[in-house]
Amino acid sequence: MNCHQPKTVGKNINPHKRVALLGMPNTGKSTFFNRLTGGNAFVGNWAGITVDLLQARVKIEDETTEFIDLPGIYDLNGFSEDEKVVQNFLEKFAVDLVIIIVNATQIDRQIRLVLQIKALGFPAILVLNMADEAKHYGVKIEVDELSQRLEIPTFLMSAKYGQNYQRVYEQIVKKIKENNYSFQINNLTDQLLKIGAVLPEKIDQILGGTVIMPSNFLKTFTFKVDSILLHPILGLPLFFLGMFLVFQIVWNIGLPSMDLMGNFTNFLQIYLLESLLKPFPLLIQDFIINGIWNGLATVASFIPLIVLFFIVMAILEDSGYLSRSAYLMDALMSQLGLDGRSFVLQMMGFGCNVPALMGTRIMRSQGLRLLTMLVITFSLCSARLQVFIFLIAATFPNQKGATVLFSLYILSFVAALVAAFLLKGQFKNKEPFVLELPPYRFPTLKQVINRGWGEVLHFLQRASGFIILGCVAVWFLTNLPLGTTGLDTFGGQLGNFLSPIMQPIGIDPYLTLSLLFGFIAKEVVVGAFPVIYGMDATNLSNYIGSTVTWVQAYSFCLFCLLYTPCLTTLATMFNESKSWKYTSFSVIFSFVFAWLVSFIFFQTASFFGFS
Amino acid sequence: MNLSKLKPRKLAFVKEIEKLSHNHHLINRLEAIGIIPNKPIMVLRQAWFGGPLHVRVGSTTEIAIRHQEAKIILLQSIE
Ligand SMILES: Nc1nc2c(ncn2[C@@H]2O[C@H](COP(=O)(O)OP(=O)(O)OP(=O)(O)O)[C@@H](O)[C@H]2O)c(=O)[nH]1
Ligand SMILES: [Mg+2]
Repeated sequence: MNCHQPKTVGKNINPHKRVALLGMPNTGKSTFFNRLTGGNAFVGNWAGITVDLLQARVKIEDETTEFIDLPGIYDLNGFSEDEKVVQNFLEKFAVDLVIIIVNATQIDRQIRLVLQIKALGFPAILVLNMADEAKHYGVKIEVDELSQRLEIPTFLMSAKYGQNYQRVYEQIVKKIKENNYSFQINNLTDQLLKIGAVLPEKIDQILGGTVIMPSNFLKTFTFKVDSILLHPILGLPLFFLGMFLVFQIVWNIGLPSMDLMGNFTNFLQIYLLESLLKPFPLLIQDFIINGIWNGLATVASFIPLIVLFFIVMAILEDSGYLSRSAYLMDALMSQLGLDGRSFVLQMMGFGCNVPALMGTRIMRSQGLRLLTMLVITFSLCSARLQVFIFLIAATFPNQKGATVLFSLYILSFVAALVAAFLLKGQFKNKEPFVLELPPYRFPTLKQVINRGWGEVLHFLQRASGFIILGCVAVWFLTNLPLGTTGLDTFGGQLGNFLSPIMQPIGIDPYLTLSLLFGFIAKEVVVGAFPVIYGMDATNLSNYIGSTVTWVQAYSFCLFCLLYTPCLTTLATMFNESKSWKYTSFSVIFSFVFAWLVSFIFFQTASFFGFS
Repeated sequence: MNLSKLKPRKLAFVKEIEKLSHNHHLINRLEAIGIIPNKPIMVLRQAWFGGPLHVRVGSTTEIAIRHQEAKIILLQSIE
């Protein structure tokens, strides 16, 4: 390949035909990708859900074809990290076909990107997605005429509901067979300069007579809902009310579901595991039952709750409310060196901090990105949720549980705000704030199930790796040297050794040990409890309830919420920032911060005589 | 006249985006969102405490934009 040539057109240089999905953010690329490949790419009603390349291979008429789901891109000249991913892709890899996905209801502006891609010379198909919404809003498109003017095969389609999908698919198959050249751009910036800007006259010329847009005063469902949810005074109270109700649901449905799961694992233990283990020596039995099984069973008892939680998250992320919350919170966030998007990413962090950290790629200012990543690690993720539910259920009366849990979510925000306030001088940010507010949508049952199932798989993956590893390590520490128990074991000694730091925040040596391993993954904290105490979940809950006060438990929760993030999170922070200095700063900062917060809470509560 | 001064629910038309030094990325983004000359534009509402504006560009694109950024969007005078 000759690097001086701006474009390369090679005769099928790819071993497999490669098809890329390209378009502006939030146009349904990932939804379409999932339909094409049976994949499970994240879908959400937020501009910037996909921030990395995703590929899948499928057989089309006996020929393996590779599909690539790209991040959304406003502009081929864009400068944010997610846009660079697309630029790099187009420069490094030859493609055999580009499918341009456009939101049909916004064709009046998204046509710009189509014209750019056409001018660059990519072999393309144009998909006008969201046909259902276009019809609903009264956007009228003469598809055939448009296709002729653009000289690109064009289809109106709904990736979500499947309307017209078959025709698009057939066209893709046809194109892949026909095209026997691959296309690659060696210097995108130069090429873009050469083709020049897309002029408004050009857009008018293409759209005039082929597209009719509805009235500017269109009163949609979204418009009506927004007048309530974005109300200048009611907006925020409604947000917090909604959040409170959600955790009420999670608590009141989630907790009984845990008991069911607990009964099931108990049943397995008594009728299967224990009889299988009979022939083995006692120490081995103890290792399997207390070292692995109890820890895993406790963590597993959270599966139904986690599924429920992610169903709620899927609905939230697909609703379009996330961008609204950015709008509501931006005034406050901008005072702290952040913006509304930082708040949204924190909410995404409720699921897992890792995708939220990667989601900061939509930000261009490095200062804003780093500060946002730092506060995302305080976001109460689903793994911490398990720890808190376990402790709250053991130490607080049941009807208070949901409120206590809710208070921890609020504190996770407050901690983020305080941290940002303290650090904003270090992270300069002048990024403009312009954010799309997509219409309200509701996920299909399939989308929700996909999400729940994906999370279960993810969870099982972690359980079989990190969590077992953590539990086994804890078992060894709490059983060696042989013959010792309690504080005489290595684990006990370690806990004791740290007690000058942990005593002042009300955390005893046993609990300290669980936190130590929580560094691997926060689920390990829950998994470690039964291992450390040598009991199954039910007995343990009673035991903790009678030996740990609610003040200690709450202090523990605060510390666990804020202290050093888990390994995967740290690895992601390093990957995204490419800086050891920043990553180690985050570790130390969060540790000191967590300790101070717990200290203030614990000492104040003790001072006023609560214990 | 610029967007940040436009009264809610009044339709106006974009004249141009003011070019300042170092704002060409922002201009690109605004154009991609559909803010180009002659485009109808309307402020739907404003968030509390001087927060962002909720703006409709054309008939089907809605955005949140801070006053700071709205200021550089110049509008045609309405007679
Ligand atoms: N009504 C309707 N909604 C759709 C359709 N296709 C996708 N959506 C919704 O549009 C939103 C965005 O979908 P995604 O597939 O995540 O879009 P994307 O282009 O991958 O977005 P980014 O990864 O952020 O660039 C989600 O809420 C989808 O459910 C469609 O045909 N009709
Ligand atoms: Mg996507």
